[in-house]
Amino acid sequence: MLSYVLRRLAFTIPTLLLVAMAVFTLVRLIPGDPVQLMLGDAADPAQVTEMRRALGLEEPLPVQFVLWLGKVAVGDLGKSISNGLPVLPLMIERFQVSGLIVLVAVFFAALLAVPAGLLAAWRQNQPLDLAIVAGATMLLSIPTFWLGLLLLLLFGLKLGWLPVVGYVPFSENFGQALLYIVLPIVTLTMVEIGVMTRMSRAAAIDVLRLDYVTHARAKGLPERRVLMRHVLPNAFAPTWTLIGLILGHLLGGIAVLETVFTLPGLGRLLVDSIFARDYPVVQGCLLFTALIYVLVNLVVDLCYPLFDPRVQAE
Amino acid sequence: MKLRGNTLVGGTLIGIVLLTAATATVWTPYNPLQVNLRARLKPPSELYWLGTDEFGRDVLSRIMAGAGTSVLVALLTVAFAVVVGVILGVVAGYVRGWTDRILMAVNDALLAFPGILLALGVMVVVGANKYGIVLALGLAYAPSVVRVVRGTVLSVREREYVEASRMIGNGEIYSMVRHVMPNCIAPIAVLSTSMFGWVLLSESALSFLGLGVPPPAPTWGNMLAASRPYMETATWLGIAPGLCIAFTLLGINLLGDSLRDRLDPRMAHA
Repeated sequence: MLSYVLRRLAFTIPTLLLVAMAVFTLVRLIPGDPVQLMLGDAADPAQVTEMRRALGLEEPLPVQFVLWLGKVAVGDLGKSISNGLPVLPLMIERFQVSGLIVLVAVFFAALLAVPAGLLAAWRQNQPLDLAIVAGATMLLSIPTFWLGLLLLLLFGLKLGWLPVVGYVPFSENFGQALLYIVLPIVTLTMVEIGVMTRMSRAAAIDVLRLDYVTHARAKGLPERRVLMRHVLPNAFAPTWTLIGLILGHLLGGIAVLETVFTLPGLGRLLVDSIFARDYPVVQGCLLFTALIYVLVNLVVDLCYPLFDPRVQAE
Repeated sequence: MKLRGNTLVGGTLIGIVLLTAATATVWTPYNPLQVNLRARLKPPSELYWLGTDEFGRDVLSRIMAGAGTSVLVALLTVAFAVVVGVILGVVAGYVRGWTDRILMAVNDALLAFPGILLALGVMVVVGANKYGIVLALGLAYAPSVVRVVRGTVLSVREREYVEASRMIGNGEIYSMVRHVMPNCIAPIAVLSTSMFGWVLLSESALSFLGLGVPPPAPTWGNMLAASRPYMETATWLGIAPGLCIAFTLLGINLLGDSLRDRLDPRMAHA
């Protein structure tokens, strides 16, 4: 087990380094001089040069990268150009909103999708299966932002049950916060159910045709027990990996959902900073999201042997 | 039975989209960019089948033109990702050694980025325009192609029939193109189909965020974004583009399923 953990950890470090390098390069490729941008067009050239030196922008790129990486490693991601606030606390505050929505949505989606997929696989090619697959494919095909707009239209505007614009933090007013966050979570859950149902169905079908399932049936176990005790645990493992990928992807794509529901999340921060050309924040958000993605996948992989003990034996 | 239903429905949906996109290049009921302030926010009628938007532009014409833009962007992006992916994948799988290791390390780092995030990052550099999206999304999706192609090349290159081809005196490149590459076609076809769907969705998401195709050029994504302020009073503005995206994605998903069933025997039962 320990060697599995260590091996998996060792894989993460080069990935993180390359991710950092990619973000660093990307931001340096942006046309225009960030210092000129910070000081405005009317800035004195001497002042610009002074500022460039102060920021270390006169150094060769590899030196800049190492210096930057050193700062990143201790959590110093610089300050926002637009409001002068340090980037890291800003991102952490915004991440709480996005992270909560994604986690809760994926949890509910898995709760509904894994049994649905199992049921579909159990009744493969029968009406129940076809109905589940059709439903899942349909959900999969609806863009998050459109579903969100439709739900807003129905529950916010037509029925007036839920607020349409804004966000209240949970620390302020729990009940209110819940009202504002329920629609984004439902939207995301519905879309993710589509992906996960199909995945868990495919995994369950693979398991259902294995000999040990036939054996379990042959020795007279009731179907319920065969499914719950013998099929579900093995079929869950691939779905578990997918959950990790989904968590990361959702975080990357959450800007769209946050735009629909006007939520102050990390995705919205990234998009707003892109518009405002606030490069330290853009850089920070890209790096932070990629880091979370890598870490989530690391945790998912480390938990994998819990669901599939065969893995650590390899 | 189920297979044929998928192919039929998926094929029909995609056929309609492609036909619409092609038609829009030569004809739309109205000029999709023509502003008509006297016909602002008109609900669907005989004159304007899908109504008009906040500038009095015909929604149907814009939907059609939007199909053209979306399909063009998606096709170009998939083509770009496949070309880049195949070249790098073949090089990695064929040359092996350090080239392979470095290529795959970079590739895995790119895969460690959620696609849309990488695309957002690239959009910052290239700016919001049609070809910027092709580049951004192409770079975001090429790594998956690299993986698939490299895997196939690695698994096939030592097979007896490839060996035999070398033995009878065929050159390395000839053996590669003639005997190894055909094995990549099926997985690439399956991947390209789902990629077309992802790209279409990502493009509309980027356009929705205002980071995709800039207005006034219509795309389904930026039409949806523009419909938001009129959601309550002019519901039709938000319904039509969303339905178009959903039906296209449904078509692609169904088509992708049947293609995968046919070309990838391992997945046939899934």
